[in-house]
Amino acid sequence: MSAIATAEAVPTTVTRAKDPLRLLRHSLVLAKRNLIGVTRNPEALIDVTLQPIIFIGLFTFIFGGAVANGSQHDYLQFLLPGVLAQLVAFAGASIGVNLNTDIEKGVFDRFRSLPIARSAPLIGAVLADIVRYALLCVISIGFAYALGFRAHTSAPEVFAACLIVIAFALCLSWISVFIGMLARTPGSVQGIVILIMFPLTFGSSALVPADTLPGWLEAFTDVNPITHLVGTMRGLMLGGPVQSDLLWTFAWMAILLAVFVPLALRAYRRRT
Amino acid sequence: MNFTIQAEGVRKRFGATQALDGVDLHARQGSVLGVLGRNGAGKTTAVRILATLLQADAGTALVNGYDVAREPAKVRASIGLTGQYASVDELLTGEQNLVMIGQLLDLSGRQARVRANELLAWFDLTEAADRPAKTYSGGMRRRLDLAASLVGRPSVIFLDEPTTGLDPSKREDMWDVVRSLVRDGSTVLLTTQYLEEADALADEITVIDHGRVIAHDTPEGLKQIVGGQTLTVRPVDPGRLDDVIAIVGELTGTRPEIRNRAITAPVTDDELFGAAVERISAAGIAVTELSLHLPSLDEVFFTLTGRTTELQEAA
Repeated sequence: MSAIATAEAVPTTVTRAKDPLRLLRHSLVLAKRNLIGVTRNPEALIDVTLQPIIFIGLFTFIFGGAVANGSQHDYLQFLLPGVLAQLVAFAGASIGVNLNTDIEKGVFDRFRSLPIARSAPLIGAVLADIVRYALLCVISIGFAYALGFRAHTSAPEVFAACLIVIAFALCLSWISVFIGMLARTPGSVQGIVILIMFPLTFGSSALVPADTLPGWLEAFTDVNPITHLVGTMRGLMLGGPVQSDLLWTFAWMAILLAVFVPLALRAYRRRT
Repeated sequence: MNFTIQAEGVRKRFGATQALDGVDLHARQGSVLGVLGRNGAGKTTAVRILATLLQADAGTALVNGYDVAREPAKVRASIGLTGQYASVDELLTGEQNLVMIGQLLDLSGRQARVRANELLAWFDLTEAADRPAKTYSGGMRRRLDLAASLVGRPSVIFLDEPTTGLDPSKREDMWDVVRSLVRDGSTVLLTTQYLEEADALADEITVIDHGRVIAHDTPEGLKQIVGGQTLTVRPVDPGRLDDVIAIVGELTGTRPEIRNRAITAPVTDDELFGAAVERISAAGIAVTELSLHLPSLDEVFFTLTGRTTELQEAA
């Protein structure tokens, strides 16, 4: 959260608006607004409900025979932690689309004329996504269990894996927020975010072991934050070393926040 | 003289368009300032700058004594803004919209609900309180939007074309709301495209065109410049136009204009209308329109900008 507080210290906002508790309270009020919107518009949940089922089903049966020595069961074990990371990355597109739509409609004019921190509506939208990502985790793991996935570790470790993927998703979604502030139309936000998430998720160890890749691509996957996130989750769900990947994951989360929160806030202030 | 709203030499450019080219606006505490102008005159830009949504390129603007550029948070704490398009959340119910604003203004959940219900009752929205705002009619949305801007009991209220697109009876309701806000001591800046509206509500009127102030006066003063009432007569048979011109010309002592098969002439004497009705019916001329009204915005601008040109030529 320190990156958020720093970003807030840039010009124009007064002391009262910098009060972190007050900012959190306003952000939660605005997060509630986003969640009420979701309940009125359930098709907005397709990317965290149907999409996981389709991705897991497709990948297991299409790649399963070719990878992991032909065992679809073994591949599903390998796939689930990876596909969870990919799914949250793709599900991040909707926040940028929604914010872009909100600004076009004028709802944000009201927020901007209120004595609240300018960042509150953006932080609120990011916080509301916790619920969407949690739903995504529950549905993905539930469906994978039905297909035969079994964690090799304890329930608390699987739960920790879910917390980490959600926390990572919240940091990653600031890219989508930033693009949502820049793009002219909601449709182009969707296109741009997906364009970024494709190489980021496929060019990682999410779907195939990275050591099968050509050297130049392996160099990319080695630094790719998704690779480290997936490594952490595989460790927590299937057993094995976690520490190094976990530290890299936290480092990437901090970098994402430090870069994209200020960029998104600046773009939001400039947008009229 | 201390003004609650005070803008001096405000300029704002968007790309190639000079939206505001040195605009001055002044409103005294507890008064209504009407900002009259056509579409694209710069009214909304001026409101957005005063409401801290936009930064001006040059000039100063103070609201309640606070500089909008340097102390925007203090300005925001005392203003209410109702935009041209109703900026309510369509997916939230009317009550949820207002409670959310209340909570953002640091009311407790209970206080926010009490205030929301007060406002819903005032704006005749209690029955619709639990319905999503997207099911509201245009007039209901406007009312909800105005209610949302009043949650924090702002002392300065910006109303950007609050009645554009509303039918006449709803317009009257909106006017009553504005009057009662002013009675309670609020200062209102209202933009409008209708001279009639500015005349009905404003203590002073600033007319802007192409980002410049072209007139500033009381409604009475402005009407003296642009002419008070206009008499319009539209005969059924265009062949009788000349007869109508003769009658109207004689009664008003002016040379009536023909526009769109109708005769118009400025009227200063209120009793003249009755005489016009009598003379025209005595002459056996059937009419499709016979009316007395304030000049339209087009007529105001024709007079004002025409006048400006003449002055420039004289100088």
